[in-house]
Parts: sequence; structure tokens; C-alpha cells
Amino acid sequence: MTLLTVENLTVAFPGRSGTVNAIEDVSLSVSPGEILGMVGESGAGKSMTGAAIIGLIEPPGRIAAGEIRLEGQRIDTLRPDEMRRIRGRRIGAIFQDPLTSLNPVLTVGEQLIETIQTHLKLSKDEARARAIDWLRRVGIPAPEARIDTYPHQYSGGMRQRVVIALALCAEPRLVIADEPTTALDVSVQAQIIALLRKLARETGVAVILVTHDMGVIAETADRVAVMYAGRIVEVGPVAEVLTAPRHPYTRGLMASIPRIGARPDVLPQIEGAMPRPHARPAGCAFAPRCPVRIEICGQTRPDLTGHATRSVACHLSEEVPA
Amino acid sequence: MLGFLIRRIIQSVFVMLAVALIAFMMFRFMGDPVNSMVAETATTEERDAVRERLGLDQPLYVQYGRFVARAATGDFGLSWRNARPVSTLLAERFPATAELVLVAAGLSLVLGIPLGILTALRPHSFSTQALQLMSLVGISLPTFVTGILLILVFSVWLGWLPSFGRGTVVDVGWWSTGFLTLSGLKALILPSVMLCLFQLTLIMRLVRAEMMEVLRTDYIKFAKARGLTNRSIHFHHALKNTLIPVITIFGLQLGGLIAFAIITETVFQWPGMGALFIQAVSFGDVPVMAAYLVLVSLIFVIINTTVDLLYAVLDPRLRVEGARAAH
Ligand SMILES: Nc1ncnc2c1ncn2[C@@H]1O[C@H](COP(=O)(O)OP(=O)(O)OP(=O)(O)O)[C@@H](O)[C@H]1O
Ligand code: SF4
Ligand SMILES: [Mg+2]
Repeated sequence: MTLLTVENLTVAFPGRSGTVNAIEDVSLSVSPGEILGMVGESGAGKSMTGAAIIGLIEPPGRIAAGEIRLEGQRIDTLRPDEMRRIRGRRIGAIFQDPLTSLNPVLTVGEQLIETIQTHLKLSKDEARARAIDWLRRVGIPAPEARIDTYPHQYSGGMRQRVVIALALCAEPRLVIADEPTTALDVSVQAQIIALLRKLARETGVAVILVTHDMGVIAETADRVAVMYAGRIVEVGPVAEVLTAPRHPYTRGLMASIPRIGARPDVLPQIEGAMPRPHARPAGCAFAPRCPVRIEICGQTRPDLTGHATRSVACHLSEEVPA
Repeated sequence: MLGFLIRRIIQSVFVMLAVALIAFMMFRFMGDPVNSMVAETATTEERDAVRERLGLDQPLYVQYGRFVARAATGDFGLSWRNARPVSTLLAERFPATAELVLVAAGLSLVLGIPLGILTALRPHSFSTQALQLMSLVGISLPTFVTGILLILVFSVWLGWLPSFGRGTVVDVGWWSTGFLTLSGLKALILPSVMLCLFQLTLIMRLVRAEMMEVLRTDYIKFAKARGLTNRSIHFHHALKNTLIPVITIFGLQLGGLIAFAIITETVFQWPGMGALFIQAVSFGDVPVMAAYLVLVSLIFVIINTTVDLLYAVLDPRLRVEGARAAH
């Protein structure tokens, strides 16, 4: 059974000039223990998809269509308090910036112990022991001593380890890691990714890994979803998508990566920029930049189609060489 | 922490020396004190004799040194108005002002913080809009106007509360308190409300602004993403960060309360130090004025130092720097 299923999800923001859809018709699924990579230009909707899954879309934004199911249970319609119990306990989240993700006036231990005790029926001592154990697992040296120190006494990489411990300490089945290494030194990035991979293997937690780093995707993810202008345009096993991309945007993305660590924000091969949510063209959102577009692309939006593991949203997907 | 404390104390000593200098200069600007002490027909020799006896013939820095030394022991000489020791006069008036300021400060905190939180958590509710509007009025209305309005409504029209004085006070040692009698407590209400109004609105707005700012931070988002309860997020995670800047402003304003108390004491004929100071000004009673200046400055300095220490205790980031500075 799949762990997470997202079907035709649309997140809408009412605004002065009408409603804009931050993401549109997004469907994806994650199996237990799987690492799903997610890539796409800035503003493509990766973070918004994650926010929708953990039920933390900022008002006035809201889920306008679609549904989200976790282990078969519909979670997008839960009451706020029911959803709160799922956050941390069944779905964890790791954000981009470890420097700002931790509360500066509470010790690392206070933050861990509170999170553990919120979700698990443990005494203070048991929760503390567990917190120390988690700090050890994420590679904090001398955790018995460091548990009582404050976040500013940790380096950036160490803080992100603490953030990972916080996200995993109530043992969720799924964790959404939204660019967990972007804010870190390049030298530390690889360590954090390796840690995530190790913990995912050990605990069997599934990961949705949002990153700009195709190298990380290649090494870490099982499958990858490519987003463009609020939609998923291609999804499939990493090896296939990376070596034989079928959507013209994905191909541009691959071509634009001269080396590991490059950001796919800019596509030198493809002119233009991704349209903002309120200015998306009628047909395929990629059409204005697409080198191979055809007549129909400007009028009809291509659906995400394909078989179970490989889907592409392009009118040419059939003809595109696999 | 110790180094921080020592540095602050040294700073404070310099501030107090500067204040003492100003107080000392006040005597000089009031003209030659010898004139008012000898007969008009006194000869130059007689005048010089008095001058010598009072030490006024010595260089200024020696006189200043003596002034500081005596002030440090609480000796400000005799009041020019009624020849009683200035320190006794101030000690008699101090409890009235202290109780008034204490109650006003307490009110502003006890009401200001919850109202600030409430308006931050429900930014669009009707009560928030109403409170914001009222706080605008509270900030922009001159305090003596609110004082007079309070008297008009609660003393003159309704007749519920006294419009002047402290009511019956009870002496506990040298401290005369209004806390122990009903009339004393009733007498405190209007003046402390008038005095706290500005503070209250300030704290409410500050808490609101800080809280809204903190609620937007990443660590609050991450706390939500970990499924912590709203109660913990608002009152533990957010409030603790909110209160750090609030404490600073509150401390600074506490000094302001003592200064504002002059107006309140005048409006309500409250027998405190502020009223004493106003009398002293109208009589040109320099020793009392000088002593008031020094005393109020001392209170300011003590409050500010306490606030800085408290700040360091609350904010772990500063605590470490303080510890580092100590080495
Ligand atoms: N509060 C909001 N109101 C309106 N639109 C919003 C709001 N927040 C985000 N959006 C829109 O939602 C879209 C998706 O944003 P999202 O943050 O998910 O992008 P992303 O793929 O995570 O980009 P990045 O790589 O920069 O993190 C963007 O086009 C953005 O303009
Ligand atoms: S649908 Fe048309 S415009 Fe869009 S990517 Fe495919 S070919 Fe290009
Ligand atoms: Mg993002």
C-alpha cells in the first residue's frame, strides 16, 4: 500500500486580481521507505506541495480541489487539532534554514523533549533519554552534555542535525525535507544528505526531498518528480528520468547541469522565465519556452499521463524519444 | 556575567557622578549663597569668614568632591524652605510615590501583556480593532486630561472614588503605606490608572507587534510542523521571545513613570516626591531639587542595570557573550 497519495491537488490564493493557483492538479504518491526527489525552478510549487501535505498552508491560501491520503486516511479534511496530531507524529518536516529553525531561547533538549512528549506517552526522564539517543543518532558528539545547550552554541551543520532529530524524534512515517542543505556550507551538505539517507534506511521513513541539486537526487532518491509552474510535468525512477528525460523542460534541466551542485534556477539553453501563477498561458505552461512546441500546445494543457512508474505531461511525450 | 556586572556598575558610577555635577552646579547658578546668609550690612571680611567656614573659598573641585561625599551618605543639607534635613523630607515622601508607581507599573504589565497577546493572536477580531483604537487614544491624549476626566467621572459625577490625597495611611516602620486600608486602596485607583494608561497602551502595542513578528519566524513554523499545541507555541515558544524586548522597554518606561508621577501627583494632590519637587521649584529650594534629581537618577540607573541583567538571564545568546567578556 502506498504511504501517501496526493490526487489532483490545487492550492488557491484569493487575491485582489482574482484567485491564483499556487499549485494545480498535482498528483503524486510515496511508498513506505521511499525517497521521492522533487525538483523545479524557484516558484514551481515544491514548498507549497509540502505545506499542503502537512496542512500548513498560510491563510488565505487553501486547498481548492483534490485530496491527500496518508495510509489510506483522508487528511486534507481533518479538523485543525486532528491534523496537529499528525504533524510530527506521522509526517515530519525539515526546513531549509537550520539557523532560524530552532527557537533561540530554548535549549535543544527542551525542544526535543517537548516534541517527544507531545506525541508519545513518555515520562520526562524517558523523553530525555530518547532525546539524547536521537542526538547521538544524528551525530552530535557528547549528546549528554550538549542536550542542555542552546542552538547558538551549535554550528550550522550541527543545527541542521538537531533539526533532523526534531523532525524524526516522534518517529513519523514520512518526512518532507524542503531544501535541507541549501543554507549550509558546501562541505557540510554532503554529510547532511548522507545522514538523511542513513536514517531513512535505518528507520524506514519515507522522504520527500526537495532540492536544487541534481547530484543529490541522483545519489539519494528512488524516484523524482519535476515541477514546473505549479504542476508536475514528469515523474519516474531517478535513473530513467535523469538519463532519458522525456519532458522538454526536464531535458533542458538536465542539459543545464554542468556539474554536481549546480542550481537549476536558470536554464541557459532555454530562453525566458517560468510564468508567475497569475500569468500562466492557456495551454502548456512551458510552451513559450519550449523548443519543440507544436500547434496544440498553445491551446490545450497536456495531462500527466503514462503508466504506473513513469508519467509525463507533454503533448509530444509519445513521440519524444525515450 | 560577573564582568558584565562590574562593567555596568562602573558605568553607573560615572553616570551618577555626572548627575551629581549637574546637581552641584544648580547651587552655583542660584547665585552666591553667602548673600542670603549674612546681614546686608556685613563687611567683606565677615562675608569671607562665612565663606571660609562653609568651605566656599576652596577650589570648585574640592567643593564638588565634598558634595559627592556627603550625597553618597544621603546628606543633602537642609531645605532652604523649612530648614528640615532634605533626606528626611524625601524619605517621608518616597513611599507615596513608590506605591503609586508600583501599582501603575503592575497594572500596565498585568493588563498590557495579555491584551497584547490577545490582539496579536486575533488580529482581525472586533475586540482587537476596538482595543487598537482605544490604545491610540490612550497614547495621544495628554495624561493630565485623562486625569481630570477620571476625576470628573468617578469622583464628581459618580462619587465612587476620592479625587485627592492618599486616604488613610498606616505606618510600617518609617514607611507609610496606603495598601492596608480601604480608603488608602481606593485613593490609589484613579492616580495609578492615570499614570499607567500611557505605559499600558505602549506595552500592549509592543507585545502585539513583537508577538506578530515572532509568530512569522521559521522556528514557530517549525514548531507547528512538529505538531506542538497552539498553547505551547503561543505561550511558551513565542511569548518567551516576545518578552525579551518588552522587558527592556518596560524598564526604561519605569523610570519614565517616576518622572510622569510629577504630573499625576500634582493633579491628585498626591503627597509624593513629585509634589515635593514642584513645591521646591516654586520656592527655589535648591537642596531639595538637587536631591530629587540625584535620587531619581539613581533609581533610573538601578532599574536600567537590573533590566540589562534580566535581559542577559532571559536571552541565552547574551549570557554566553557576557560570560566570555568576563574572561
Ligand atoms: N502567500 C502566497 N500568496 C500567493 N501566492 C503564493 C503565496 N506563497 C507562495 N505563493 C506562490 O506559490 C507558488 C509556489 O511557491 P513555492 O514556494 O512552493 O515554490 P518553490 O518551488 O518552493 O520555490 P523555491 O525553489 O524558491 O523554494 C509561487 O509561484 C508563489 O508565487
Ligand atoms: S506540451 Fe508542447 S509546449 Fe509543452 S512541453 Fe510538450 S511540446 Fe513543449
Ligand atoms: Mg521552496
